Amino acid sequence: MSDKQMTEEEVVGELRSGMTLGIGGWGSRRKPMSLVRAILRSDLSDLDIVSYGGPDVGILCAAGKVRKLTYGFVSLDSIPLEPHFRLTRQAGAIEVSELDEGAFYLGLMAAAHRVPFYPTRAGLGTAMMSENPDLKTVKSPYDDDEELVAVPAFRMDAVILHMNRADAAGNGQFLGPDLYFDDLFAMAGDKTFMSAEQVVPTEQFLSEGSVHTLRIPRTHVDGVIQAPGGAHFTECPPDYQRDEAFQSEYAATARDPEAWEQFRRDWLELESHDDYVEKLKERSQK
Amino acid sequence: MTVTLDEICVVALAEAFRGDGELLCNPMGPVPVIAGRLARATFAPDLMLTDTIAFAIEGNLALGGDPSTAVIEAYMPFRSVFDQAWSGKRHVVMGASQIDQHGNQNFAAIGPYRKPKAQLLGLRGAPGNLINHPTSYWIPNQARAFSATVDVVSAPGYDRIAQLPEASRRHFEIRRVVTDLGAYDFETEDRRMRVRSLHPGVTLEQAQEASAFELAVTGDVEESRLPSDEELRLIREVLDPGGVRKAEFR
Repeated sequence: MSDKQMTEEEVVGELRSGMTLGIGGWGSRRKPMSLVRAILRSDLSDLDIVSYGGPDVGILCAAGKVRKLTYGFVSLDSIPLEPHFRLTRQAGAIEVSELDEGAFYLGLMAAAHRVPFYPTRAGLGTAMMSENPDLKTVKSPYDDDEELVAVPAFRMDAVILHMNRADAAGNGQFLGPDLYFDDLFAMAGDKTFMSAEQVVPTEQFLSEGSVHTLRIPRTHVDGVIQAPGGAHFTECPPDYQRDEAFQSEYAATARDPEAWEQFRRDWLELESHDDYVEKLKERSQK
Repeated sequence: MTVTLDEICVVALAEAFRGDGELLCNPMGPVPVIAGRLARATFAPDLMLTDTIAFAIEGNLALGGDPSTAVIEAYMPFRSVFDQAWSGKRHVVMGASQIDQHGNQNFAAIGPYRKPKAQLLGLRGAPGNLINHPTSYWIPNQARAFSATVDVVSAPGYDRIAQLPEASRRHFEIRRVVTDLGAYDFETEDRRMRVRSLHPGVTLEQAQEASAFELAVTGDVEESRLPSDEELRLIREVLDPGGVRKAEFR
């Protein structure tokens, strides 16, 4: 089996401005933050982002990297609304395609299964339909006369996601309470890049979790990035919980453009993930 | 024991689950969570409740209590919650920044959708919840929320739903709206918000004063029932000993 290990910078080298990029995880949970920061440092722009959004979306919006956002929500969980996303929306700065949270799952699944859409009732009679020209309805071909939303497939040029464990061949393991929709994200991307807390020998997987945790098969993964702490400051249990103090500091930068620039220089534009981890260590010793 | 408004509201909201039988009760926020747990601990024992992470749990977990001490009866990651919602075996309690007489609800944004004056939570799961299973609302400040119209429809009301084919709207139900002043339903012929009961001491005039639309009234308006001694004990000593619920009333 081929060794798919690569660095964050090599992943960025595979991406292009204007691409549709999917980001795994959920809110402020198990987000591939080392890859998000690498994108922030790059000259990539005009990205179409697809995400159950958290600080990944907030950071890329604040940095002006986003052209269009397809999303189910954008939240920091302990802070219900992502503050940088809020500013971006209130400025009318990006194009949005907002879906019901569950309908969003169907867009991922349609892309994973290579069908044009999946039907659902979710969205009928709401702003999801009236405000979104991307979405159309279908009439059931059977004799029930039902009208349904046809959630279109979110086909993505590239996907980034973060797992607890991976092997070098690209198999991924989640050890926390919820996979979220990362298996569908992996299948929905033309190229999928998976960072992980640890890259381990394949035979080690079952020493940490049951077979049910092996949910990302290597057939859908093109690159593996070892990134211990790679989801910080979002949660990545059981490896670590959310860094709430750090998240609060991040959230506060939405109130002050200078604070945001400072935060960006101090934390987001460090040259490498290793530098970031090193600086976090110094911070915790203070 | 002096009963306080928060406890009246918890019981009024718990009443929304009466007769639900065996389904997933998915309240959001302190007062709804206590209400769901109270209903299960008393008159709706078959309800299933989550720990708000990824498990359905047994027992009377206190608000803010450690869910790892609870017995897990089912695995309920987000994907399963959506499956559960679409299967219909769910009753959710949501909030509302604005709600109109037909039950159209907004917690998405204030102002024009494309460039809102204030971005709120967004649509979240509201569109899918309403059209798939019973939904109730908890509104701690009626005067602020009861609006003539809503800026953004995150969840549809009866007038919008009426425009859909019968097959598409058959699972829609707004069960109850509970506020700091009373409990409301939509049990009129034209499906407008109706006063079901008013909390002790609240007059119809006060309730109407705190609404930008005309409240429907049919027959005599009842007083919201008081919690029983057992309900008070459960609320105060078991489900919310820290009094977290009271913060919503400040």
